[in-house]
Amino acid sequence: MFTNMIIGRYMPGNSWIHRLDARTKLILSVAFIFVVFFANNVAGYVVAIAFTLLSILLTGLGVGVFIRGVRPLMFLMFITTLLQLFFVQTGDVLWHWAFLTITTDGVTNSIAVFVRFMLIIMFSTILTLTTQPLAVADAMESLLQPLKKVGFPVAELALMLSIALRFVPTLMDEAESIMNAQRARGVEFNEGNIISRIKAFVPLLIPLFINAIKRAIELGDAMEARGYRGGDNRTKYRVLTWQKQDTIAVIGFIVFTVLLIATKWL
Amino acid sequence: MTPIIELSHVTYSYPNSDTPALKDLSLTINQGEWVAIIGHNGSGKSTLAKLLNYLLAPTAGDITIAGTPVTEENMWAIRDMVGMVFQNPDNQFVGATVADDVAFGLENRGIAREEMITRVQAALTEVQMAAFADREPARLSGGQKQRVAIASVLAIQPKILILDEATAMLDPKGRREMIALVHELKTRMGDELTVLSITHDIEEAASADRVVVINDGDLIETGAPAQVFANADKLREFGLAVPFAEQLKEKLRERGIDVPASYLTTEGMVDWLWQSISTK
Repeated sequence: MFTNMIIGRYMPGNSWIHRLDARTKLILSVAFIFVVFFANNVAGYVVAIAFTLLSILLTGLGVGVFIRGVRPLMFLMFITTLLQLFFVQTGDVLWHWAFLTITTDGVTNSIAVFVRFMLIIMFSTILTLTTQPLAVADAMESLLQPLKKVGFPVAELALMLSIALRFVPTLMDEAESIMNAQRARGVEFNEGNIISRIKAFVPLLIPLFINAIKRAIELGDAMEARGYRGGDNRTKYRVLTWQKQDTIAVIGFIVFTVLLIATKWL
Repeated sequence: MTPIIELSHVTYSYPNSDTPALKDLSLTINQGEWVAIIGHNGSGKSTLAKLLNYLLAPTAGDITIAGTPVTEENMWAIRDMVGMVFQNPDNQFVGATVADDVAFGLENRGIAREEMITRVQAALTEVQMAAFADREPARLSGGQKQRVAIASVLAIQPKILILDEATAMLDPKGRREMIALVHELKTRMGDELTVLSITHDIEEAASADRVVVINDGDLIETGAPAQVFANADKLREFGLAVPFAEQLKEKLRERGIDVPASYLTTEGMVDWLWQSISTK
């Protein structure tokens, strides 16, 4: 049951995108969210869709994986699109009933929002599908380095993130065995209405939390025994290296941005 | 023989507890020794381990490690000398992969990356885990995780290895492999490595040079395994398991068969049985 909870889980591979530096992928994914707003006509969207499809093809994972990644967010996309459809009141009225009005602007806006949403999710999924969570944490640490100057505990935050990621499978296994223990005593996790289902999770969460705290105490002892004393004088075993392909990816992205802006004058 | 661990009149009470976990305990362990500390659950043996690297500070008494007093000022120097492997394989695995975990202690000490790479590789080779360097902990068995924990300690090149119930959560095979690994390390490193294993596994304790029995915070007995294990009644009195060979000897004695009084390992007992049958 836990396998479909993670949106766009890392899928191992050795594609050109997989081999990119995590920092490149992180920066470009964030940049894409802003850049995609430059698209404001059909040509712009065609360029944005083409660029996203090209990036997806370069991951070598197949479009199906990405569509499955979008599915959990479909509901949210649907609501946003509906809101656009009914609340934009400018343009010619196409349909009117009681307080509901659909206008031409409403239709074009909702299509634009839908496409934009879809593209942003797909592009972010490229990051999560092709990059190990740990590499993303490393990338964040590296990109946040400047904040160290103002006293922000970057190294501590990165270690916290990496330990949290490290314990995800451990805690999932634990949840699974607690659930089995509860099932053996007659608890039904997948039956009844939503309220009784949520209630069934309470006896799962309490032992899970207690054990997690115990684990944290033991982990703290183990870390201290191994000489951990805060982030400042530590060296790093894992390093990120900027390669030629990262420069190429950034140039590719700049070209895309310029093209997208250029479509305004088409 | 030079003493490496010295405890003199050490007492420790947990906060909010009336009875001390350790009472006026004095003990000397020499360099290169392999000492097993045995005792039932809650006897204070894990508390003793935590005192040795200043995870806990004694309420009274003094501890020195290789001549250095175990105090707050010296705690990081002490932790460079004392490596610890704990009971739960998952709760001491800090790194996201095997190699990262072994590197953790080195990162903490600010060791240069090139040096780290060679040390991680060497430590993993010693515990036969080099092929697993890129594995995540979720894909390792308990025994493999404990071997990684030993590698993490070895990478620091400590003088003392403390195994705090390190085999308690393993299956019999994993347990045997761990004991065999410690044997191997001891044979190769000789006096360079002192091993202190805190356990209630009798087979693990029987591998040591010396056994220390602790009961409710008191040091009851210290001696060679053969000497300590020969007294089955006393072991039972302190809530400890009696080794299989001793149990067999007791049963034989009840049937009026003459058995040697000295302690025998399971293999020793088998040899003795063969010999007594063939001489009849």
